[in-house]
Amino acid sequence: MSEQNIFLLDGEEIAFAPGQTIMQAAQSAHKYIPHLCWHPEFKPHGSCKLCTVKINGRFGSSCTVEAAAGQNVENRTAELDDKRRTLLQLLFVEGNHFCPSCEKSGDCLLQATAYEMGMMTPHFDHFYPDRPVDASHPDVMLDFNRCILCSLCVQASELADKKNVFVMGGRGMRGRKIILNSESGKLGDTDFSVDDRAASICPVGVILKKRVGFVVPYGERTYDKAPVSAVEAAK
Amino acid sequence: MPFELETAAHPESLRRVAIEPVSRVEGHGKVTLLLDDNNKVHQVRLHIVEFRGFEKFIEGRPYWEVPVMVQRLCGICPVSHHLAASKAMDQIVGATLTPTAEKIRRLMHYGQILQSHALHFFHLSSPDLLFGFGSDVATRNIVGVVAAAPEIAKKGVLLRKYGQEVIRMTSGKRVHGTGSIPGGVNKSLHAEERAALQKDIYQIVAWSRDAVQMIKGLFAQNLAAYNAFGRFDAHNMCLVRADGAMDLYHGGLRARRSDGSTLFDHFDYDHYWDVITEDVKSWSYMKFPYFNAMGNSDDGWYRVGPLTRVTQCDFIPTPLADREREEFLAFDGGNAAGATLGYHWARMIEMLHAAEAIKDLLHDDDICGSDLMAAGKRQERGVGVIEAPRGTLIHHYRVDENDQVIRANLIVSTTHNNQAMNEAIRVVARQYLDGQELTEGLLNHIEVAIRCFDPCLSCATHALGQMPLEVEIVGVGGTVLDRMMRNGDGRCARPEPQ
Ligand code: SF4
Ligand code: FES
Ligand code: NI
Repeated sequence: MSEQNIFLLDGEEIAFAPGQTIMQAAQSAHKYIPHLCWHPEFKPHGSCKLCTVKINGRFGSSCTVEAAAGQNVENRTAELDDKRRTLLQLLFVEGNHFCPSCEKSGDCLLQATAYEMGMMTPHFDHFYPDRPVDASHPDVMLDFNRCILCSLCVQASELADKKNVFVMGGRGMRGRKIILNSESGKLGDTDFSVDDRAASICPVGVILKKRVGFVVPYGERTYDKAPVSAVEAAK
Repeated sequence: MPFELETAAHPESLRRVAIEPVSRVEGHGKVTLLLDDNNKVHQVRLHIVEFRGFEKFIEGRPYWEVPVMVQRLCGICPVSHHLAASKAMDQIVGATLTPTAEKIRRLMHYGQILQSHALHFFHLSSPDLLFGFGSDVATRNIVGVVAAAPEIAKKGVLLRKYGQEVIRMTSGKRVHGTGSIPGGVNKSLHAEERAALQKDIYQIVAWSRDAVQMIKGLFAQNLAAYNAFGRFDAHNMCLVRADGAMDLYHGGLRARRSDGSTLFDHFDYDHYWDVITEDVKSWSYMKFPYFNAMGNSDDGWYRVGPLTRVTQCDFIPTPLADREREEFLAFDGGNAAGATLGYHWARMIEMLHAAEAIKDLLHDDDICGSDLMAAGKRQERGVGVIEAPRGTLIHHYRVDENDQVIRANLIVSTTHNNQAMNEAIRVVARQYLDGQELTEGLLNHIEVAIRCFDPCLSCATHALGQMPLEVEIVGVGGTVLDRMMRNGDGRCARPEPQ
């Protein structure tokens, strides 16, 4: 690694390998940049914008922008976290996120990131969209009330499982959604399996293994032990 | 506009008195008094704003989510819903609980009984009882109790806090925990948690005994008034253990007629609809359950809750509470046990029982066990019943092969007591309504009567302290004969006629 392959993240020197994005380089250096739709195993989708940083004074998505020598990257500044909080609030009102009765609570990246950003209220009016629950599969349930359209399930099913069970479809804020690749449109009629990579990829509480909700008590869930910034930095 | 009445022969000729909402009761209520031509109270209607549609909300949800989700029914008795739903879902997954799971659930339940009864007695009722029902509203509240009797107020706060700690340690959180899950629990007690609870439990038992002595003393001081206040005869229903003991967590249904004769006993609640039906009335959102054997809700209504449980069980399985039960039943030739204000006494006996039961469980190693979950043959239907702080609570679900709830029916304690509360108000209103003029005294006495039942009116909001109160007498033909406002600070005033 040459001396030149270094950029500054909130004033700290971060080394990167050529071709790495800012997000990847930060992750390798155990630095947390907030994100929802990015996952190290898959290619960046660039849709949630939570990872927005300032690169030499200009906004950019750290999950898609390549690291370059000498970049000055601002990440956890009050200005950026404020914007992230607003993005989170928009996500919360766009779907139906009732954390107190959601089994993903405590293990949910959306909830954990909202805590990290100090989001106290959803602020905006709720849309209360009418979204379906698909319980047709014997081992896995889908509750689209909580979908944030990160597309990770699409990628996991396509690239890791080679199945294409999930497809992004529709248009517009209310129309865009995950569609099941079967004639009935039901998960139970696809070749999806509980052992698929896609079964455990969802960062929120849409794709859920059946009959095990709430078996982990308070205090022992992922983000009970440490906030998302610490959990991610430890990876 | 005349509307249908259940007991009045000529409802058109009745006048109405409306009181709303009722202060220092959980939720919101409105009371309508229907007067006859002689200005005597003929009929009472307690209107209750219930959280409607919750059953619909549950439909479509996966069964394992329900015990957590139903806690949103009510800000004040979430643990009761949590446990009743869990018991129903135990049946869905075909589970017989492990000893650790059952004991942790019981611990959680007794913690809830303790904190709920302490809150009700010290915070909501002791102002009336200590200062008198007609005393100055400015001091007849918990702040007044703190000023006049700081030791009593302090015990109330600490008893409640202890109950909340038990809930927190067994469910994971003080409110809206997740501890109880279909087929068991997700945690048992750590050794440090057990030790922390053991440290204070003897003090809690002692204070619970003091509370029983306090209500006993108040009864002795005001014997005639307490015995007569809002007194009425009722049939009774509660769960009892197989040996007839009080059991607030599990048992069979026992129903006795007002004359003490048995209607059914140790009835398996799995098919409760064979003995209870819910009647619907046009003027109320709340249903009117009745015993099928009596044919209709006018004759078949019944009473549930602490007074029923303490008087109808054969014994209480903890010694101090059982001794108090015997004394209560014998007191004044058995009169207190039939008094509506006897609810307070019975409630404190139950609080003592809960404290003793917690003490016993804390000395049982099973509460630290690691065998938490059980499962068996999957069922389609699940019924869970517990004796919640306010009385019998029924949760009933059907779950389809995809694990989704397709039907839910809940009968909460306050619904069982619906007609019983109307009866108590009627007796009190007859005693204290003079002519067609509303008085502060009448309003106060009606509130005291309602509060005996500790109704959880909305099972959705938790409103402590004074709420505005509006009182109206409506004459035949809809003329307002009198109207009275009671503001949030407790002061009464007659507004300008509109
Ligand atoms: S279902 Fe989950 S993984 Fe798939 S797009 Fe929605 S939030 Fe992302
Ligand atoms: S993580 Fe970069 S846009 Fe979502
Ligand atoms: Ni309630």
